[in-house]
Amino acid sequence: MDLKELYRDVILDHNKRPRNFGKLELSDSYADGHNPLCGDRLTVFLKMDGDRVEDIRFEGKGCAISTASASLMTEAIKGKDKADIGELFEKIHSLLTRQDAVADPSLGKLAALSGVREYPARVKCASLCWHTLNAALEKGAATVSTE
Amino acid sequence: MAATAPQVAHGPVLDVERVRRDFPILDRTVNGRPLVYLDSGASSQRPVAVLRAVEEYETHSHANIHRGVHALSQAATEAFEGARERVRRFINARSTKEIIFVRGTTEGINLVAQTYARPRLKAGDEIIVSALEHHANIVPWQMVCEQTGCTLKVAPINKRGEFLFDEYLKLLSPRTKIVAVAHVSNALGTILPVKKIVDAAHAQGAVVLVDGAQAVPHSHVDVCALGCDFYAFSGHKLYGPTGIGVLYGREELLQSMPPWQGGGDMILTVSFEKTTYNGLPAKFEAGTPNISGAIGLAAAMDYVESLGIDAIAAHEHHLVELATAELEKIPGIQIVGTAPNKASIVSFTMEGVHPHDLGTILDHEGVAVRTGHHCAMPLMTFLGLPATVRASFAVYNTEKDVMSLVAALGKAREVFG
Repeated sequence: MDLKELYRDVILDHNKRPRNFGKLELSDSYADGHNPLCGDRLTVFLKMDGDRVEDIRFEGKGCAISTASASLMTEAIKGKDKADIGELFEKIHSLLTRQDAVADPSLGKLAALSGVREYPARVKCASLCWHTLNAALEKGAATVSTE
Repeated sequence: MAATAPQVAHGPVLDVERVRRDFPILDRTVNGRPLVYLDSGASSQRPVAVLRAVEEYETHSHANIHRGVHALSQAATEAFEGARERVRRFINARSTKEIIFVRGTTEGINLVAQTYARPRLKAGDEIIVSALEHHANIVPWQMVCEQTGCTLKVAPINKRGEFLFDEYLKLLSPRTKIVAVAHVSNALGTILPVKKIVDAAHAQGAVVLVDGAQAVPHSHVDVCALGCDFYAFSGHKLYGPTGIGVLYGREELLQSMPPWQGGGDMILTVSFEKTTYNGLPAKFEAGTPNISGAIGLAAAMDYVESLGIDAIAAHEHHLVELATAELEKIPGIQIVGTAPNKASIVSFTMEGVHPHDLGTILDHEGVAVRTGHHCAMPLMTFLGLPATVRASFAVYNTEKDVMSLVAALGKAREVFG
């Protein structure tokens, strides 16, 4: 397997220049995510308009996979409502964990994460931001852990 | 730093290629490349001598120990108690009563925390640990603090990873009841001045536990010369099996401690009204122990002594110096932990590439390293790092392994630009 399958250009780009990075002032809710195994930490901030994510930002420190995944996630869900996000979560989860998964066209750039499933030790890096997002959507402020 | 081997004044010189033939796993490939195993600090590989000893025992001699009058039980008991004597000689304890078989370093420390510290300590008493401890030498003491109301104090280090002895002296007082320190830091490789630490603690009436997990494979440990009260280490970092370790304790202290776990083997008589406990070391070994593990550990000690621990240490020291010199040539590499006295470990970071990404890329090149916080999160916080890459060396590593690491780091730079 070629390393480039994991570290695609999109991933490297979003790692180097993460989008929607930083605190979101006046956020309605936020959640902290922590992967104790590798020390990755991130915070997801949300500004909601009813059920719809009006704005999202994240900050934290992590590996290229976790940073790029969070960056790609913020781009993908901005403007979406909770139901759409729930569907996207299922699709990304299956992309990261199922060997036979074919990237759903609706995933767009998120499909760049498909190489992660060849590296089971790294799946948690890619999924941390999504679990943190769910926590932020569910209850304002909380800490989630991938362990 | 010059990449030359230190002069070995005496003792056998290692023939590494011959040593490597003793470790069959080193022949395998990973991701289509020859395995370069630089994670012996997490767990070392086992030589054929250890694998055979375990297999021999399981194939021909296994039965439960200390129980049967039949031939196998006696053979197993002799082998198990023979292993205890082997361990005694290896660390120069006075008596086999001072050698308690445990699952590993972690269990050894917990045993002391729960049976020495917990019944004695009270509010106002203090336990000192160092800032570079593994979680296994922090959390058991925190639990004792919660249970007894005593206080945990932390002896500081500097940014190079050196133990600040004078600061430690300032923390010591008659309130200090226990000092618990690593002999060698698992994250940085720093060797701590254990003898001095012990002497200073004893002057205040405190007892000292040494976490020797990272020291025993790389140096000659003499518990009498160190003067420590407890010394814990694991078999699997010393070329032995997992699930077996040793707690050394001074006999008079072990005598004064209550048993930890109750069960078979640790009793003399049991009735529903009153149970009397067995003597040392059985008092601390309730239940059927890891018999084959102890036998494997004894074989590992034979193996290490056949090569000579001084020769092993000199060889590893050479590799650490070579790796340090080579890594320092790579732009963006920062060595973490630069104490002058180090054993077998080189920890580092690479600018712009997270340690976990490095770990994946190195693995892709067949190079196995540890990445992360190394179970020393307070140390990482102090250093301001979320994680490092740790290359750790053992007797079977070569200069070629070091160069494979360097080449794989070049690959990482290529991927990340």
